[in-house]
Amino acid sequence: MAERSTRDLAPALLPLSLVDVGWIAGGKTVLSGVTATLEHGLRSVILGANGAGKSVLLRLCHGLLQPTSGEVRWNMPEVRGEPRRQAMVFQRPVLFRRSVLGNMTFALGLAGVASVERRDRALAALERVGLAAFAERPARVLSGGEQQRLALARAWSLQPEVLFLDEPTANLDPGATREIEAVIQAIHAAGTKIVLVTHNLGQAQRLGDEVLFLDRGRLVERTPIDRFFYRPDSAEAAAYLKGELPWH
Amino acid sequence: MSTSLLAFAEAWRLVALGDAKLVEIVVLSLRISAGSILVATLLAMPLGALIAVTRFRGQRATIVTLNALMGLPSVVVGLLVYLLLSRAGPLGALGILFTPTAMVIAQAILVTPLLAALTRQMIGDAWQDTREQLQSLGAGPMASALALLWDLRFSLVTIVLAGFGRAISEVGAVMIVGGNIDGVTRVMTTAIALETSKGDLPLALGLGVVLLAIVLALNVVAHLTREAVQRRHG
Repeated sequence: MAERSTRDLAPALLPLSLVDVGWIAGGKTVLSGVTATLEHGLRSVILGANGAGKSVLLRLCHGLLQPTSGEVRWNMPEVRGEPRRQAMVFQRPVLFRRSVLGNMTFALGLAGVASVERRDRALAALERVGLAAFAERPARVLSGGEQQRLALARAWSLQPEVLFLDEPTANLDPGATREIEAVIQAIHAAGTKIVLVTHNLGQAQRLGDEVLFLDRGRLVERTPIDRFFYRPDSAEAAAYLKGELPWH
Repeated sequence: MSTSLLAFAEAWRLVALGDAKLVEIVVLSLRISAGSILVATLLAMPLGALIAVTRFRGQRATIVTLNALMGLPSVVVGLLVYLLLSRAGPLGALGILFTPTAMVIAQAILVTPLLAALTRQMIGDAWQDTREQLQSLGAGPMASALALLWDLRFSLVTIVLAGFGRAISEVGAVMIVGGNIDGVTRVMTTAIALETSKGDLPLALGLGVVLLAIVLALNVVAHLTREAVQRRHG
């Protein structure tokens, strides 16, 4: 209980400031000069062609990669060794050889949730994504869509302030994609900041409030979602939309 | 030809009737190797897993050394442990040379690098696929190592069984530090070596059959475990 109350009182992680962020790997510049501030509330969608640096940007924000230049600055940075207050869901869900419930309680344990509380919190999150009936099943035999919903439930149960999503529906059929999108909406509605990388422009429109558009490692525009699709500011975005939506 | 056939027949008789001397040797062998594997597993698995999930200076050199030590000659291990435990050696005061304890120590030293290297390899592969997720959840090196050891628990059984097979079938180390004393430190491999040179082929062959059966059984168990896990966890 003590840890939860301190977490409620803890200063907010957001806004997240990216200051002239660059990332170079093996002599190749993947990102350069990215400057942006991500605020609480708006659902941010990162768009761009393959190799534009979207996934790398997400990993830099989440701390899985360190920028080679510039700075990733949180309002109130997390303390190393303390429970994380942000979560990430990957394109391919990473689940462990445990039950569905075991995958949940493992993550809650790492987040410092007291063992007596873990089960209830895990079951509540599974209930919200419609997986409560599967709690005792081995996680890795679930279908692709169910596995991704489990990954979302796991992230959600941690009550993160920010949730990063890296093409969460890229491997899924339309039915499963709809279910995942519904869960993402619900997580947003519950007060978590959503930062989504996607290749699915319909999904961007359904889930996004604003677009950050990357082109060859540079952030070339940031526009509200409606304007982006009908009157993008940059020539690069216009060309990208023309390629993706030829009838446009 | 007829001698070896007679020896075979006699060997089967010893095994089938559960000859007291044969049983005593087999039980001692199993106890010593089980003890050494227990010690080696407790040391090697956390070590191998930690090497896999941590980045540190000299990591590559450590891995290469560990892999090289997999082929550690058992007589060399025997010699080193002998020097350590002999009266004049640093641990001579313990007075455990030529006891089963010394044999456990020697076998544990022999198989620890094997278990650590194989564990490192298996955990390292899994780490590639899970590193980002574990870091995203805030797991440090220790938590990651433990999580992956648990995640691969069924595959690691195979490694333990491989180590057991190596321990129970080696001769050099237990011969040197155990001394092959009848009824005290005589195990299957040392008995086979001795009985063969004495010309008592039936006992040597009988022990050989049991040793083969044990190694075979270990492999069957390892295989079945793997299959069962595949079915359950995918």
